[in-house]
Amino acid sequence: MMQSPDLPDIEQRIALLCERHGCEPRRLLQILIDVQEIYTFIPPQALTAIARHLPLPRVSVEGVAGFYSFLSLEPAGQYRILFSDNVTDRMLGNEELMRQFCNKLWLEPGKVSEDELVSADFTSCTGMCDQGPAALINGWPVTRLNRERIDLIADLILAKSPVASWPPTLFEVNDNIRRTDRLLDESFEPGSAIKAAVTRGAEAIFTELKLSRLRGRGGAGYKTAEKWITCRNSPAPARYIVCNADEGEPGTFKDRVLLNRLADTVFEGMTVGARLLSSAKGFLYLRGEYRYLLEKLEEILARRREAGLLGSNILGEPGFDFDIEIHLGAGAYICGEESGMIESLEGRRGKPRNRPPYPAQHGYLDQPTVVNNVETFACAAMIAVHGGKWFGETGTWESSGSKILSISGDCHWPGIYEYPFGVSVQKILEDCGAQEPYAVQVGGPSGILVSWQEFERSISFEDLPTAGAFTIFQRGRDILEAVRNYAHFFAHESCGFCTPCRVGTQLQKKIVDKIANGHGTASDLEELKHLGHLMRTLSHCGLGHAAPNPVLDMLQKFPGAYEQKLTSLSFEPAFDLDAALATARRITGRDDPSAHLP
Amino acid sequence: MISTITIDGKTVPFTEEQTIMDAALAAGVYIPHLCHNPEFKPHGSCKLCVVEANGRNVTSCTMPASPGMVVVNDTPELNEDRKALVQMLFVEGNHICPACEATGNCQLQAAGYYLHMQSPHFMHFYPPRRVDASHPDIFLDLNRCILCELCVRASRDIDKKSVFGISSRGIDSHLVVNSESGRLGDTSMAVTDKAAHVCPTGAILIKRKGYTVPMGKRLFDQKTLPEFHLEQQKRVEPEDGPDGG
Repeated sequence: MMQSPDLPDIEQRIALLCERHGCEPRRLLQILIDVQEIYTFIPPQALTAIARHLPLPRVSVEGVAGFYSFLSLEPAGQYRILFSDNVTDRMLGNEELMRQFCNKLWLEPGKVSEDELVSADFTSCTGMCDQGPAALINGWPVTRLNRERIDLIADLILAKSPVASWPPTLFEVNDNIRRTDRLLDESFEPGSAIKAAVTRGAEAIFTELKLSRLRGRGGAGYKTAEKWITCRNSPAPARYIVCNADEGEPGTFKDRVLLNRLADTVFEGMTVGARLLSSAKGFLYLRGEYRYLLEKLEEILARRREAGLLGSNILGEPGFDFDIEIHLGAGAYICGEESGMIESLEGRRGKPRNRPPYPAQHGYLDQPTVVNNVETFACAAMIAVHGGKWFGETGTWESSGSKILSISGDCHWPGIYEYPFGVSVQKILEDCGAQEPYAVQVGGPSGILVSWQEFERSISFEDLPTAGAFTIFQRGRDILEAVRNYAHFFAHESCGFCTPCRVGTQLQKKIVDKIANGHGTASDLEELKHLGHLMRTLSHCGLGHAAPNPVLDMLQKFPGAYEQKLTSLSFEPAFDLDAALATARRITGRDDPSAHLP
Repeated sequence: MISTITIDGKTVPFTEEQTIMDAALAAGVYIPHLCHNPEFKPHGSCKLCVVEANGRNVTSCTMPASPGMVVVNDTPELNEDRKALVQMLFVEGNHICPACEATGNCQLQAAGYYLHMQSPHFMHFYPPRRVDASHPDIFLDLNRCILCELCVRASRDIDKKSVFGISSRGIDSHLVVNSESGRLGDTSMAVTDKAAHVCPTGAILIKRKGYTVPMGKRLFDQKTLPEFHLEQQKRVEPEDGPDGG
């Protein structure tokens, strides 16, 4: 058992902290994030103190603290560096950089240095794929890592220089917007969408939404108008609007740019939603990796309150009250699943709920809740201003409007590209300067691995649905390595609630590792298919359903990626077992079915 | 008018608020399960009870029954999948049936027999897991924990103590107890608590009661898992649990 460090004033500090959060149990994750910022980890006494103040059973507080990757229950050093481990970071050499860093600081990955100064580990994709390899240092993103930058960072740590005084160039994050269309082209006047909602009325805006045929931009593509109407039609004392900015799908980073550039439009979309659904409270669930955007977003919210676009009597309309609270995540992909997100908002482990009921009927605090992607809210704001017809003019019938893609991997110009829905993979590859493209992972590991034979396929809900990730692999890339990276990702991000996903993602990871290490046989391929079936059909939520996707796509489309690695391709027994029994059959005078092998 | 569903062709009545599992067990139709126990709030984590309802796979212990629902349950395909889930539970923990005090009383073991499990099939994980003997009357052996959260639910909802919880994530998920030391002996747990008697495996054992019933005369030596689970549904007295066998 670990010895609790001596922290004399911890009782008072935790008491103050809990007080600042109103001692509300639903603020638990936010409190824990604050504790970690103070102590660089969460000491056991802090868990006990928090439990007393909220009040909650200590065991629940510990359970929440243990769920989120960025929260550490053991000392993780004054400096904690987490290397982003998306496949794009891999392709850019993050493993070598991690080795260099560890060698320089006498570190073992995943362990804190003996002087408790520094630790280094990997983390799931941090959403900087267009400017990787990336890392987080005490939660702050560092981009475009190279040998020089690693040396510089190591020196700064050895000199015990506070992260706040490090050269700002290390933390520079570029938007890299390469192609714009409807959403990014159009300028947006803050307040214009709300004004339209107020003057034209809720019914008119609902009609525009239906006319727009807008579907959710998070990947699943549920019709937005339908979701909002279900929410509105569920009788309840309160309704909630949640903006899902937990952009965790590896290879996706468009919400990062939307929040940096179009936060007003996003908040406005939420406020329009509030007007339509009579909601007084909204949340922006901001993934922990985007913590660096928090102050800027808070400023925008404050400005909007001053301008009468948030708060009480919005635009002077009596009774139009709505405000937005930013809730930080702390390193858990599963919180991007809408019911997992609601659990997290309520201060619990981000375990997806049983469904039905759906969040639109029973969501946050059991009240009807609309959860939509960042981009969906931006679209909703534009539709309120320009109308559904304008929106539906682009795209396809099933997939109206445009889609913002996050393009990374093997191409000249990684970054943000906005296209009308229906654009072909081929066209995108040409635009971003992909040379000898071989495969594209559309929609991240949960999506579809598209081979060079399928580049005529189109980005759309009817063909290749995506939340935005578009990761390019050129000829010569090891697809098995990419799939292995994805298998590790799912195993790391499984919440652990249900058996098929908790154990299945681990077994899948181990078998892919086995094949990559040259120990696989044909029976391992069958086993992967079997596991894929179990995860797809029995898992509790979408994570488990999608976890086998990259593996199954590879098995089907890229036999070359694994066949040469197998020790035996197809198991051919050296002799025919049934034929060998022929003598025995003859001696006993039998030839009935049970004298034969099945 | 009474609403009904059909399970494998058999008409089964249900009342409002009943899940597929509730309706099935009440009608004497067996759906295999491990984390479900009619005395507690449904959980839905083990997934053994997944059935096909109107063509879609659903977790029967949490899915409300709805009029006319057509449920497919006892098929070779579903039972094969269930067997695979039991095998997964075996390999992710450290289950050494012949040396386990709970052998013969263990529902995981019984589920293995019921589903004709002949081998663990998958590779063993052999995870290092904690054993906690700090409590004067209770052993806690996480090697056998299958994360059904029955003890969590019992302690929270019946005993009103919240002695147990789950921490960490994914394959590292594990049972934790309500004390700063992390030791069961430092919690308010009592041997008379409901939570001490609901573990379907041998993760929570009562001290000084080992082997009071000889092997061969234990719970699942007397009855099958379906018989046990169907009786559990009927029992009113909360004085059950495999260690009472």
